[in-house]
Amino acid sequence: MNELSSVDRPNSYIGRSVPRPNAKRLVAGRGQYVDDLRLPRMVHVAFLRSPHAHARILSIDSTAAKAAPGVVRVVTGAEMAAVCTPWVGVLHHLKGLKSAPQHALVVDRACWQGEPVVAVVARTRAEAEDAVGLVEVAWQELPAAVDMEAALATGTPVIHPDLGDNLAFTREHVGGEPDACFADAESVVVQAVFHTGRHTGVCLEGRAILADYNPAEGRLTAYHSNQAPHMMQTVFAKHLGLREGDVRVVCRDVGGSYGIKVHVYPDEMATAALSKMLGRPVKFAADRMEGMVSDIHARDHRIAARAAVTKDGVITAMEIDDLTGIGPYSVYPRTSAVEGNQVVNLCGGPYGLRGYKARTTVVFQNKTPTCQYRAVGHPIATTVTEGLVDLAAEAIGMDPAEIRRRNLLADDVYPFRNLAGLAFEGLSHHACLTKLLAMMDYEGLKAERDALRAKGVYRGIGIASFIELTNPSPFMYGIGGARISAMDGATVRLDPDGSVAIASGVTEQGQGTEAMLAQIVAGAVGVDLSRVRVTTGDTETTPYGGGTWASRGAGIGGEAALQAGNALREQILVIAGAMLQAAPESLDVRGDAVVDRDTGAERLPLEELGRIVYFRGDTLPKDLPRELVATRHYTPKDYPFAFTNGAQASYLEVDVETGFVKLLRHWCVEDCGTVINPMLVDEQIRGGVVQGLGGALLEHCVYSPEGQLLTGSLADYLLPMSGEMPDIAVAHVETPTKESALGAKGAGEAGTAGAPAAVQNAINDALRPFGARVFAQPFTPARILPALGKI
Amino acid sequence: MKLDLSLTVNGEAVSARIEPRMHLVDFLREVLDLTGSHAGCEHGVCGACSILVNGQMVRGCLMLAVQAEGAEVWTVEGLTETGAIAALQEAFVARNALQCGFCTPGMLVAAATLLKANPTPTREEIREGISGNYCRCTGYHAIIDAIEQAARA
Ligand code: FES
Ligand code: FES
Repeated sequence: MNELSSVDRPNSYIGRSVPRPNAKRLVAGRGQYVDDLRLPRMVHVAFLRSPHAHARILSIDSTAAKAAPGVVRVVTGAEMAAVCTPWVGVLHHLKGLKSAPQHALVVDRACWQGEPVVAVVARTRAEAEDAVGLVEVAWQELPAAVDMEAALATGTPVIHPDLGDNLAFTREHVGGEPDACFADAESVVVQAVFHTGRHTGVCLEGRAILADYNPAEGRLTAYHSNQAPHMMQTVFAKHLGLREGDVRVVCRDVGGSYGIKVHVYPDEMATAALSKMLGRPVKFAADRMEGMVSDIHARDHRIAARAAVTKDGVITAMEIDDLTGIGPYSVYPRTSAVEGNQVVNLCGGPYGLRGYKARTTVVFQNKTPTCQYRAVGHPIATTVTEGLVDLAAEAIGMDPAEIRRRNLLADDVYPFRNLAGLAFEGLSHHACLTKLLAMMDYEGLKAERDALRAKGVYRGIGIASFIELTNPSPFMYGIGGARISAMDGATVRLDPDGSVAIASGVTEQGQGTEAMLAQIVAGAVGVDLSRVRVTTGDTETTPYGGGTWASRGAGIGGEAALQAGNALREQILVIAGAMLQAAPESLDVRGDAVVDRDTGAERLPLEELGRIVYFRGDTLPKDLPRELVATRHYTPKDYPFAFTNGAQASYLEVDVETGFVKLLRHWCVEDCGTVINPMLVDEQIRGGVVQGLGGALLEHCVYSPEGQLLTGSLADYLLPMSGEMPDIAVAHVETPTKESALGAKGAGEAGTAGAPAAVQNAINDALRPFGARVFAQPFTPARILPALGKI
Repeated sequence: MKLDLSLTVNGEAVSARIEPRMHLVDFLREVLDLTGSHAGCEHGVCGACSILVNGQMVRGCLMLAVQAEGAEVWTVEGLTETGAIAALQEAFVARNALQCGFCTPGMLVAAATLLKANPTPTREEIREGISGNYCRCTGYHAIIDAIEQAARA
């Protein structure tokens, strides 16, 4: 049968900005987030959390808590350990990575402020919290290892004595001839020490789970605010002693995730275990204060970096020394070494270097664990790389756009493997930069900046090129031994009324996953979009898959849906051919009917085909296949990852008296291959940019020297507000991946990857007349004023 | 201890006996099953719990339910059924001014409150007007567009 791609089909929805089918429900307040659900006999859990960064439990007295009104059960770490086995967050391919067993509740020693210690289950959350206040824990405070710079120093307590030291992981990579480049007498060497501030995701809906273990069936159903239901199915089964088939994970509406809700959290594991212990539904919904100390944090890095540049503007080498503190445990099962490892992989990524040397040192400390948060490692690598590029430009007196033009990988070198070992199938750095400069009127903007500077107004322009890892293959986690699927599946079914149902293993947290799937399948089958409905987020009813993370939903889940949609159309045409006495190749499906392929003339409504197949199969030839359902799976095989690329720019004003930064405009041009829904992709970019801006300017998990989180509420931890965010212009260059028929790469993280670097470079451009520079995020007045010599 | 409470919610008379410490947003969600109002921080910062009490926008996590004795309360569910915020809802959907949707009910209340006071706001006025409501997904640009569009409609 003639296999047209969806893009070519006359009724394709690819490239169309149709609204999301689930949005109407959400604007009416009819979402179903976990905390909205209620089950018969449901009880609530609240946790007593460690008030100390590092402390040993001497004794626990829960007598008063057990007697408190409404209390159903009080469970300590020792009791919990009998039901829920501990886990260790390592992956074999991250050689040498070590971590200690982590329990759902502290057994004898708490390792960060906020670690769950005692679980109190009661009829209401309020009663559970009341009783938590009655639990008496006698603590022996221990010296804490808080400062990552001192983690490996003698005299710093070793958090897990069995591991020998506080070093979790280290890796060095050398490519080409960095030493020769740096030794070259004709080159200029620029350097800086960068800090990316520890911050976190702050999903507006806190983490939440409603676990319902049914002892009669021996089955656990977990309604979970999560991105990866199949992964959690495996994890619950493994650590609660159940078979995978006896665990069902359901993710309905998820109120933001951004990578925060793709990890294994001790309080959520404890909740599932409590349901098994009690044989009844148990709900846990993290409140904001406990979320701030227990959601994963990210990006706590110090990077010393340098670059060599020739006088005519060729950047020859970069050298990166990264240090990151990850808290006391490597987070399970993705590990906390991936971020540092990505810094090693990604620095210098857009450029053709002759020498590259990078090292990461990943250390334990007594703070909240860190792990993968939107754009994992990319904002760090981009900040460092683009910061160095601007320093190089300044050192040789070259325009920042010009030095990028001279050094970005040419658009025709692909396929290309860089010195870090990354394989690029096809990127478009120059096309993106050219489009960006035109869109922002770079020359006009520079003139405006210069004219205002003469009047004492300090504006800056910052540019950042970037690469972004998407569509990960099993090389990301699977080869390291984690049961995290890189494959995803879709089942597409034609029902008797001619409507189409899709079930997919990728999940929806607001990105528009379901809209994307519906568009692809509507086009592939040939039906109107309004006839398609989508199910995601249920291990019982969707094909096995990885869920949504690492910008894989469209590229992997979308391709599986396309293949399944094509297969269903073929099934329809074979049956229609038999009914119409026509060759299937001469037919097509368009507008809810089987039509003549050449003339488009309607031959048979799908509803009629459905009626005959489902209710009057007696009238069809005996040996005719009657399947009107197809499942297809897809895993990328040619490349470990589908890299995307782009360029961002920031225009801002620094008040040199107060140190405040006012964002004026922001631009992003990126290349995610085939764009399925331009509106949704643009909004992914914009949302991602603003999360990057948050980390660059506002968000910071600040700790006391004793390891107490000082920014533990939203009054202290600042998030971007509408009043201070700029309008964000977005445009695209499309270089489809040839690996798949759809050609889509990921778009969810590109905004976050490049925004902080653009802001850093713009601030330093604004400060240039004063010879001041800042490289420590967030770029607050407390950092800008000292750089200006004002305080 | 429990106290009697009578008020009007979304046009319906409601009576209940509740603990005095219960916040209005929890009362709406847990006692009345009006789960459209969300609690994003429970300390008055994020705006996800924004509702209308006697015509004024109020943070449901900062007001005790018993303080609403005799009050007229509107939540996203009631505002949807009466069509009071239909133009905004339509614009939000058309412009994809929501992603996860968790902030959206509160955001719609803030937008409706803004447009009531200022039917033709500038972009800057819209940005200021909804600055008390966090959205973690959209970056706000699409929300500003949608409110602008609804104001013009
Ligand atoms: S929940 Fe009320 S303001 Fe955040
Ligand atoms: S749409 Fe998710 S927080 Fe606004």
